[in-house]
Amino acid sequence: MSERPIRVLIAKPGLDGHDRGAKVIARALRDAGMEVIYTGLRQTSEMIVNAAIQEDVDAVGLSVLSGAHMHYFREISAALSTRNAADILLFGGGIVPDQDLDELAGLGVGRIFTPGSSTNDVVAYVRHEINARRSQAV
Amino acid sequence: MKPKKQWLAEDYAEATAQFPERDALFETLSGIPVEPLYTADDLTDFDPAIKLGHPGSFPYTRGVQTTMYRGRLWTMRMFAGFGTAEQTNERFHKLLEAGQTGLSTAFDLPTLMGYDSDHAMSQGEVGKCGVAVASLADMEVLFEGIDPEQITTSMTINSPANAIWAMYLAMAERKGADLKKVGGTLQNDILKEFIAQKEYIYPPAPSVKLVIDTFEWGPQVAPRFNFISVSGYHIREAGSTSVQELAFTLADGIHYVRKALERGLDIDDFAPRISFFFNVHNDFFEEIAKFRAARRIWAHQMRDVFGAKNPRSWMLRTHAQTAGVSLTAQQPLVNMSRVAIQALAGVLGGTNSLHTDAYDEALSVPTEEAATLALRTQQVVAHETGVTNTIDPLAGSYYLESLTDEMERQTLEYFRQIDALGGVEAAIEEGYFAREIGDASWQQQRAIDDKKRFIVGVNAYEQEYPEVPIQLVDAEVVRVQRERLERVRRERDPVAVENALSALRQAAKEGSNTMPAFMQAAHAFCTLGEQMDVLREVYGVYEEPVLI
Repeated sequence: MSERPIRVLIAKPGLDGHDRGAKVIARALRDAGMEVIYTGLRQTSEMIVNAAIQEDVDAVGLSVLSGAHMHYFREISAALSTRNAADILLFGGGIVPDQDLDELAGLGVGRIFTPGSSTNDVVAYVRHEINARRSQAV
Repeated sequence: MKPKKQWLAEDYAEATAQFPERDALFETLSGIPVEPLYTADDLTDFDPAIKLGHPGSFPYTRGVQTTMYRGRLWTMRMFAGFGTAEQTNERFHKLLEAGQTGLSTAFDLPTLMGYDSDHAMSQGEVGKCGVAVASLADMEVLFEGIDPEQITTSMTINSPANAIWAMYLAMAERKGADLKKVGGTLQNDILKEFIAQKEYIYPPAPSVKLVIDTFEWGPQVAPRFNFISVSGYHIREAGSTSVQELAFTLADGIHYVRKALERGLDIDDFAPRISFFFNVHNDFFEEIAKFRAARRIWAHQMRDVFGAKNPRSWMLRTHAQTAGVSLTAQQPLVNMSRVAIQALAGVLGGTNSLHTDAYDEALSVPTEEAATLALRTQQVVAHETGVTNTIDPLAGSYYLESLTDEMERQTLEYFRQIDALGGVEAAIEEGYFAREIGDASWQQQRAIDDKKRFIVGVNAYEQEYPEVPIQLVDAEVVRVQRERLERVRRERDPVAVENALSALRQAAKEGSNTMPAFMQAAHAFCTLGEQMDVLREVYGVYEEPVLI
């Protein structure tokens, strides 16, 4: 059976318009052979979760540079659980202080890539995580 | 002495045959190739009388003031804002006590997007990356104990700029200030929002119309206020090159000038109050060249293309900020070195005002200690390095003048491309800027990921680093903001509110100048969200096409 390509939703929640990181990551994942859907700006948590489920993605990457990351990660991870979609990998990037990382991990959020991260690391991380989840699911 | 070509072909070739050049990318951050050596041979067409002039004289390559920093240092203006108006007011006072000479306000995202602090879209964002200002009541707390006739204030606000400016001026009036003496700068540059920062509300045409309202109204009512700061900063942060930043910013400035002339305004009435805002990034000489080229290009455009007669109309006055995007979360203290070098480039480029980033800004809004250290960096450049002793000390450098000329040449080429697309608004709608900037930022990231360019602590010299303290935003901010909003809504005169909003609706519908209605609305304590909703209803909202 041929493995279907990894599908990733890159999302910009809230009012933050800084989309450089989101677009660079989207391009890097796509260049690495993944199918990438980018939400565009100003999405609510509900819009993002709906898109993730409808598009049947393996992973959702949130990009937040406004300081509102805790609010959105909490809301989106709760909504994914409620809708039986907790198997979707939730990860992210942006201006996120180290002090918040433990709480995010406690919510089941995957890696957070802060300024200076390499796109190669993001690609390797998503590929590794999704492949691990798929082999467990078999 | 051998001509350069011969020296390269003989001496340099021989030397590199024995000791090869380092394996490095010898080009500027904009991709301009850099030669091993620059000599007088690179400046054979260079006439200082035409290219440079003297400081304070056309084309202002060497600076807009005759005395530059020997007369007065640049304004040290640190961008600050977080949490409640009370907290930001306290930070303003501390920065002034620390020797800062002007204020600069960062607003939170709900304010930037024209939502009140209690709107559903504001959840999680209130007071996070700036201060929340939803009505005149917040503005009054924010500037408590600050005299608007004495301290100039810059406000980073764009789509809601008219309303926020009106609140600021209403605050000044209620303090008894004479608006003719109130100085400051409103960012109010909507074109770069569509191009880069994406904090737009309405479609481009009505958005630009609102900007031109300030060009018309500002010089009559608040003549010391720069009603616009045409900004390359955000274009650069979004990933453009230095040349693109220069070209797109000046193209935006030219677009506003054309629109103001279409309205029938006299160029010499408004042009002296157009100000600019550029980034200062890592490539030292390229950044210095950018500021010098900017002044020369603008002076020629204003005098030779638009026929401005007043020399003040020819002068490009600018603020600068060190590059937030160059800051790394890894080894954050290293950011202080980057900021110091960028600040030096801004000063050698002749900036009129400067913000230096704090070392912790890749992690959070800065702590008081980090913001103070960043201000101290400017003070070291000003008082300890000696670079302020003479004006434009790098003029005549073979390399710098070659680079300045090259940036000017490439900028004019971009102007031709943008004009061929039908101008800035057409180019926005066509996705031209999004593509240009997206490609540039992608290439820069590739160069770092592929280790063609090195960033200390990121892809070279990596090491574990201790956590640094960060600024936490108090959860109280939401409660304080809600309470003040509720009080404002309860205590204001509902008839005055309704009248002001009707006046605003009417001005927007008939296309007359909206500023008098915004002033009326500010004094009536209309909230920002109420005013922006009126315009959303008249103008509609804009959504950009999604491109990766």
